[in-house]
Amino acid sequence: MSQSLASTPPPPGELVPAYNTRNYLNAESGILSWLLTRDHKRIGIMYLVATTVSFFLGGVFAMLIRIELLTPGPTIMSAMTYNRMFTLHGVVMIFLFMIPAIPGAFGNFFIPIMVGAKDVAFPKLNLLSFYLYLLGAAIALYGMIHGGADTGWTFYTPYSTTTVTKVVPILLGAFVLGFSSILTGLNFIVTAHTLRAPGLTWMRMPLFVWSIYATSIIQILATPVLGITLLLVAVEHAFGFGVFDPARGGDPILFQHLFWFYSHPAVYIMVLPGMAVISEVIQTAARQTIFGYRAVAFSSLGIAFVGFFTWGHHLFTSGQSTLDAGIFGVLSMFVGIFTAIKVFNWTATLYKGAVKFTTPFAYVCGFLFFLVFGGLTGIALATVSLDVHWQDTYFIVAHFHFIMVGGTIMAWLAGLHYWWPKLFGRTYSDAWGLVSATFIILGFNATFIPQFLLGNYGMPRRYYSYPERFWALNVASTAGASLLAFGFLIILVYLLISLKHGRLSGPNPWNSRGYEWETLSPPPVENFLENPVFRRAPHDYTADGSGGASGDGPEVKHAV
Amino acid sequence: MNEIMRRMLFLPEQGSAYAAEVDKLHYFVITITMISAFGVAAAALLLFIRYRRKSDTQTTERVEPRAVHEILFIGVPLGFFLLWFAIGFPLFVKLHTPPKDAMDVYVQGKKWMWKFAYPGGPNGVDVLRVPAGRPVRLLITSRDVIHSFFVPDFRLKQDAVPGRYSETWFTALAPGRHQVFCAEYCGIGHSAMLAEIISMDPAEYDTWIAETRRNPTTVAAQDTPEDRLDPRTSLPEQGRRLSAEYGCFKCHTVDGTRHIGPTWLDLYRKTEKLKDGKTVLADEAYLTESMMDPAAKLVAGYQNVMPTFQGRIPAPEIAAIVEFIKSLRTDTVRPEPSKGPVYVPVPGFDPTSAR
Repeated sequence: MSQSLASTPPPPGELVPAYNTRNYLNAESGILSWLLTRDHKRIGIMYLVATTVSFFLGGVFAMLIRIELLTPGPTIMSAMTYNRMFTLHGVVMIFLFMIPAIPGAFGNFFIPIMVGAKDVAFPKLNLLSFYLYLLGAAIALYGMIHGGADTGWTFYTPYSTTTVTKVVPILLGAFVLGFSSILTGLNFIVTAHTLRAPGLTWMRMPLFVWSIYATSIIQILATPVLGITLLLVAVEHAFGFGVFDPARGGDPILFQHLFWFYSHPAVYIMVLPGMAVISEVIQTAARQTIFGYRAVAFSSLGIAFVGFFTWGHHLFTSGQSTLDAGIFGVLSMFVGIFTAIKVFNWTATLYKGAVKFTTPFAYVCGFLFFLVFGGLTGIALATVSLDVHWQDTYFIVAHFHFIMVGGTIMAWLAGLHYWWPKLFGRTYSDAWGLVSATFIILGFNATFIPQFLLGNYGMPRRYYSYPERFWALNVASTAGASLLAFGFLIILVYLLISLKHGRLSGPNPWNSRGYEWETLSPPPVENFLENPVFRRAPHDYTADGSGGASGDGPEVKHAV
Repeated sequence: MNEIMRRMLFLPEQGSAYAAEVDKLHYFVITITMISAFGVAAAALLLFIRYRRKSDTQTTERVEPRAVHEILFIGVPLGFFLLWFAIGFPLFVKLHTPPKDAMDVYVQGKKWMWKFAYPGGPNGVDVLRVPAGRPVRLLITSRDVIHSFFVPDFRLKQDAVPGRYSETWFTALAPGRHQVFCAEYCGIGHSAMLAEIISMDPAEYDTWIAETRRNPTTVAAQDTPEDRLDPRTSLPEQGRRLSAEYGCFKCHTVDGTRHIGPTWLDLYRKTEKLKDGKTVLADEAYLTESMMDPAAKLVAGYQNVMPTFQGRIPAPEIAAIVEFIKSLRTDTVRPEPSKGPVYVPVPGFDPTSAR
């Protein structure tokens, strides 16, 4: 008999253990059992640890930058050190944390469970991609310790090909990390196509899987372009080939086109997984199926597609033709449309739901606010003439931190708090969770709203010293960053404590009807005790379980 | 209203009419942004209060969107976005269309200073004096890495890219001082690469420039040994000397006769027919490109025989040569305010009868 996913909660009388004692964490022991594992859940946990360490490292760089900017002149470091700090902050946060964080940890852990499979399609490739991540990180770290690049994470030529600092190891590190990203994406695409359990049609696939699937498409198509570009910069730096440096016959603007052809879609590599998490958390928090399933699922693919045609909006002031600027401006706005579809559908999901305010939901609320604010400032930037003033100022810095930190990190925290009981079988204190969420959301606003104003005021980014009129806003921003850092420390403490002393959560502490909550906590090595068959759509909270997400159920009520 | 919004948003002084226009769009966009962000967050909180969970196993009835909901979700933001674009894009076009009577100034970024050169002299470092009320066109390039010329008071920014010229323009509203920043990261001195635009009363400016041209001692001296340009002489004069030095006249004539390369007479702002059938306007950008990469846009009827001067001619000298080419005009060329230069291809044609 197969385990049915049609009936929740389990029939009375059948006892479900609060803690699954035969789980993936204790199935094998010893360090080698982790290092050589092909279990997607263990690889996911290793990604979670590695990306969290990177996040901590990037956060330390961020705090050092903010402390340096406390006064208009030199504060704690030299100009050269400052330039290295913001480069390392960018490289670590983007390549080592943002891009792999959600797909690497939650994607690896939950995609096979959500599609009812025992593992990803290529378990060995999955382990390889983790080792490529470590190798890339090691090469980049070597470069950081021995000199550290001072080019900014954008590596603009000809500065990057003529600087005396060690750019080559960092470029090669990012190059290797690209392969890790490509292999992860490939694995997820094949998994979604081939390993779906009986009953799981495309239109029943959890929205988390849809959104990660869209991310994977971008990873596979765009990352090779970055690889080529970074190699060309490294070759020009090391051997003096004239590709981008005009003094050697190259074209510096060519670099910008190639770089942003990857790096703009890369923004969606970072933010789509965040949207993936939010779609899951909000349905559980509201006990309501997503308002427009198809709209949310297909808008992910829409973002992935349109994202490839917007890179020119990074070049509005580069001397690009006026017509090109206009075309890229309009195309950029379509990304905003797909995002708006998602935002409205998420918000409407709460309508006629049964909402409970928990820590993950607090982060969902923060996410919605930051994504709308950050996204609309993005539209403002796509309105070409406004961008001219804001380009390369703190306004841009604030805008993309609203999307990256306010969007992706809020979603990462929402996912971390939402899935923590499933990962480890124990829960944390929700009260402390809400306290730290308050610190983080307020601290985030206090950090980056002053930066929007600094940008309006005219302060360019990557400035080591600044005129005194920018002082007050910089102090406000640093104060906010301290609150933010404090919030993260609280989370680190209570989550670590909960690993050993947390209350046992049971398989489904949220009473969610997402597929992943059907199995035990922590999940067994094979994910399910029996082969699962999907008899209902995910997050179906109707009384009789008839409301299919595809809308083919007989008793579908429409919104007014 | 303008003043309240400007101060609330920390926008700097509006130094030009363009700045005031762009700011209006800014207020519109940012107001809608704030309303939407707070609106969505408030909607989420209100829905939470209204639909609080009563029991942990509470079931809910399925609510599905009608087509009209999704159409509204797409239509309302799209409407706003396109409206903003419709206002914003023409402003951008305006910023890239200098009036024909604009006064030219060459701007060169180098680590870590801004150099300014007036075609008729003098040169200066880090201070640009302009007449208020008259349009000024900036021809911007860089000698080393990419810089970006940023004047917050004019809401103006244009990258300085080595090996090519880009242009932008402004008209200062009133006499005053306006800070210039470098906005593209360029190394240790990036945040110290500041300059100032001093807009002067037009009459005072005229006196100042006449005075400086007469008394070359007041002008800043050459800043580096590699600078072979004498800041006291005019750019076209220096361009003539440099062209001879670089051997340009071996192939290019200045009297209209055809030689190995096209003549320079009346070349500036001429529409040239290219080998691949396209046409190109011979402006500053094209002239520079032809020196750096002669094969890129070859004029029809000529062989690809010119060597590249990439890395051989420093940026200020390119400016001088371009300015020299611009000075080579027959009498038939009459630059007119706001209408553009009128080209009459036949020498000897009386331009007065054409008006």
